[in-house]
Amino acid sequence: MSGPMNAGVIDTEWEAVIGLEVHCELSTATKMFCSCPNEFGAEPNTNVCPVCLGLPGSLPVLNEKAVEYALRFAEAVHLHVPAESTFARKNYFYPDMPKDYQVSQFEEPITIDGWIDVDGERVGIERAHLEEDTGKSTHVGGGGRIHEATHSLVDYNRAGVPLMEIVSRPDIRSAEQARAYASELRAVLLAIGVSDVKMEEGSMRVDANVSVRHVGVKELGTKVEIKNMNSLRSLGRAIESEIERQIAVLEAGDRLVQETRHWDEADGRTHSMRSKEGSSDYRYFPEPDLVPVAPTAEMRAAVQAAMPELPAARRARLQAEWGITEHDARTLLTSEGLADYAEAAVAGLQSGTPKDVVNWCLGEVLAHLNESGLSPEVLPLAPDGLAELVAIVADGTISKKQAKDVLGECLTQAKRPKQVVEERGLVQVSDAGELGAVIDELLAANPDDVAAYRAGDDKARKKKRGFFMGELMKATKGQANPQVLNQLLDEKLQG
Amino acid sequence: MTGVQALDLAAAVRRGERSATDVVEEHLAVIAARDGELNACNLVTGDAARETAAVIDAAVARGEDPGPLAGVPIALKDNLCTRGVPTTCSSKILEGWRPPYTATAVERVLAAGAVPVAKTNLDEFAMGSSTENSAFGPTRNPRDPSRVPGGSSGGSAAAVAAGYAPLALGSDTGGSIRQPAALCGVVGVKPTYGLVSRYGLIAFASSLDQIGPFANSVTDAALLLDVIAGPDTADSTSIRSEAEPILPQLERGVAGLRVGIIDELASGEGFQPEVLAAVQQAAAALEAAGATVDHVSVPSAQYGLSAYYLLAPAEASSNLARYDGVRYGLRVDGEDVSVMNARTREAGFGPEVKRRIMLGTYALSAGYYDAYYGQAQRVRTLIIRDFARAYEQFDVLLSPTSPTVAFPLGAKSAEPLAMYLSDVCTIPTNLAGHPAMSVPFGTGEAGLPVGVQVLAPALGEGVMFRTARVLEEAAP
Repeated sequence: MSGPMNAGVIDTEWEAVIGLEVHCELSTATKMFCSCPNEFGAEPNTNVCPVCLGLPGSLPVLNEKAVEYALRFAEAVHLHVPAESTFARKNYFYPDMPKDYQVSQFEEPITIDGWIDVDGERVGIERAHLEEDTGKSTHVGGGGRIHEATHSLVDYNRAGVPLMEIVSRPDIRSAEQARAYASELRAVLLAIGVSDVKMEEGSMRVDANVSVRHVGVKELGTKVEIKNMNSLRSLGRAIESEIERQIAVLEAGDRLVQETRHWDEADGRTHSMRSKEGSSDYRYFPEPDLVPVAPTAEMRAAVQAAMPELPAARRARLQAEWGITEHDARTLLTSEGLADYAEAAVAGLQSGTPKDVVNWCLGEVLAHLNESGLSPEVLPLAPDGLAELVAIVADGTISKKQAKDVLGECLTQAKRPKQVVEERGLVQVSDAGELGAVIDELLAANPDDVAAYRAGDDKARKKKRGFFMGELMKATKGQANPQVLNQLLDEKLQG
Repeated sequence: MTGVQALDLAAAVRRGERSATDVVEEHLAVIAARDGELNACNLVTGDAARETAAVIDAAVARGEDPGPLAGVPIALKDNLCTRGVPTTCSSKILEGWRPPYTATAVERVLAAGAVPVAKTNLDEFAMGSSTENSAFGPTRNPRDPSRVPGGSSGGSAAAVAAGYAPLALGSDTGGSIRQPAALCGVVGVKPTYGLVSRYGLIAFASSLDQIGPFANSVTDAALLLDVIAGPDTADSTSIRSEAEPILPQLERGVAGLRVGIIDELASGEGFQPEVLAAVQQAAAALEAAGATVDHVSVPSAQYGLSAYYLLAPAEASSNLARYDGVRYGLRVDGEDVSVMNARTREAGFGPEVKRRIMLGTYALSAGYYDAYYGQAQRVRTLIIRDFARAYEQFDVLLSPTSPTVAFPLGAKSAEPLAMYLSDVCTIPTNLAGHPAMSVPFGTGEAGLPVGVQVLAPALGEGVMFRTARVLEEAAP
């Protein structure tokens, strides 16, 4: 994160009050109210039917999987599940919303009153409710900006995709904490398998309500909603910038306006959205086409029984069992499936340590995942392959440096580490006699350098030593065990 | 024009005694002869009907049974979606739209061998009580073409009364099947909410809308309702248990049944004396057939109309939002999308639809919601409670269907409130979600038909139809 820890506490006179509204697309196989596939990236308007297009006469039928996913989330973050919840219509005109109302939940959401601990601080969750997503508009002509566009195209593939809106209480006090909260929610949603939570693809969208007040004041300041943050980083930046802006306005003796502001990634500021929706009256009323949702005891019990280990517990366990840092544990859990991959590799270890596995996972493996867009479960190198690599490094067959190249080839060409080692004729020479002979030969061939080393100060010695090592690696084609080589070289130079 | 036409026709076609093709041609000839005057049809689907009839005849020839409605012509209210066939709601805003799917109820009549012959006229989006609020002009009453057929399913009622088809489907949100049935002298049924799937019925007010049959006899109405009733997974509000067939119960009579005449709907201004007298006569006929008759009070029924004109428009304002010019139907362009929306809706909706959208939007607005929508919901709860109490003492209730017989075209067009009062007797049933039906029972002013309404508790169709069957036999 750029900048200071957070702007809210730079000036102790002010404190920020922040609440987040997180929308995540649920990764159900089908949409919220029809059987159209719920998938990202299909040809426009191919995953549509009379229901999600809102054609006259069509009616919604609730996807039970979405209910189950909400129950899983409730279980994970201590939300209460009322006996009955209802859907409501949120009415406003928008061309990418087929019915010109959104089926959502208003007075009776499916879950209420939960909490999550983020870095030791408890953040309240007011509610998490189900609703349907809208379609997507593309504005054509005039450089894609809505006001200059000659016409607009609408893709309804996303219309009716299940969304869960998670509303925090205004318990967050800094941009950094907001970011950590969003990150923890993301990890939880990932762990319970209800969303792929990709902010860049819009499957997780975060809006922030930000106000500031003097420390010690109970009343809340004027609230501003900020939108359009498409990464955790921009969430942090946007909140920081907005806090600074609000403080500046108030310190100049001006008043804040309750409004919605748009984060501009390029100029690093929030901008007022001259939005008609801002002051909309959504005319919520109970959705008459759906019956109340009453999750059965069996359904809840099944969800409870199938709860996976949650991120906080898993991080703690991995730290304790593997001796890795909190940061490494967190990174491992942030990338979908990576922790599972690492655990599977550790389970297959013959020699070497879990820490070695984690280092490879957070280095080469993660870089390759990001670059290729693959998920860990489809990597060409299965977890036991990584265990094999760790083992042949640990037993000295190859060096770490060699291992890096070997892993690269395994990941791109679907080969096992031992196979690559064999093909390349890679062996690590650790035999003191063999290496000693090479060193003797080198020192004999370069008496001036040996003399210069012995006569030189620390700096000169270091330089010469580097030269010898380079020549030795060349002479051994990189196969020398660097540790053995270093030790022998020192002995001989002291000679 | 009486008797069990549909039942007999289907039986004759199934036995191969009559060809569906002949039956359909006869009815198409009636339509051709009379619809120039009556304007009951938005679209006559003659070619499709002939094809369907041929398919049924071929099935019979192969020894197959085309189903309980084999070869029976049926008229469909033009707010029921029919795949590939224009479905207009009698509104300009749906101009050119052909649904890509067919309503469940229509699928069921097709599967039972019925032959749709026409899409019938209605008050635009089913909002009205006279079928005058149609973008395609008013429908006239076959009994007296200077008068309205009632509404909103006036086209379907007229089609059955004029012999276009022995059966028709309509929809009833506040009386839109029963009131035109009464005014045209046919049988019309509003089933229990959820008994018939609403999938493919273009919504007016979703919590009140229900599809139901028109027929020339109680038996035919039962035949049709048995075909369309039953669970549908495409409609979340559909009742999940299988519907109990009505036809086998029809002739069980009313001996021992307790019949209550609803006090609040048995007198008062606006009720024609002949209409009130018909209810008394009907009660006497039931008593003669072995029922006991008494008066019953349903106090909140009198507030039904007011509650209805908040709830139905509120839901309609939301249901009709989708007609925005973006995806289908009419579009009137504008410089940006909101201007396009506004111009499209301005040009596409008629005055009554606009009036109700405005009413409903207002009733749901912040600051007014509780006083209007909220209060109306509380009235609805009271009505349900009052009916529940009445049904502790009575098996069925009686009232007029409509306070008056058919009125002249234009008589109430200038006065929305007078028009709304046409539904004062029918609306409470919709608010309660209960079934009710109208049975022709004698005549009133100018010799025009009068309908008596039989009301029953939820899923009380069996006892309701038995009562109606007795009234049908006893009708003067």
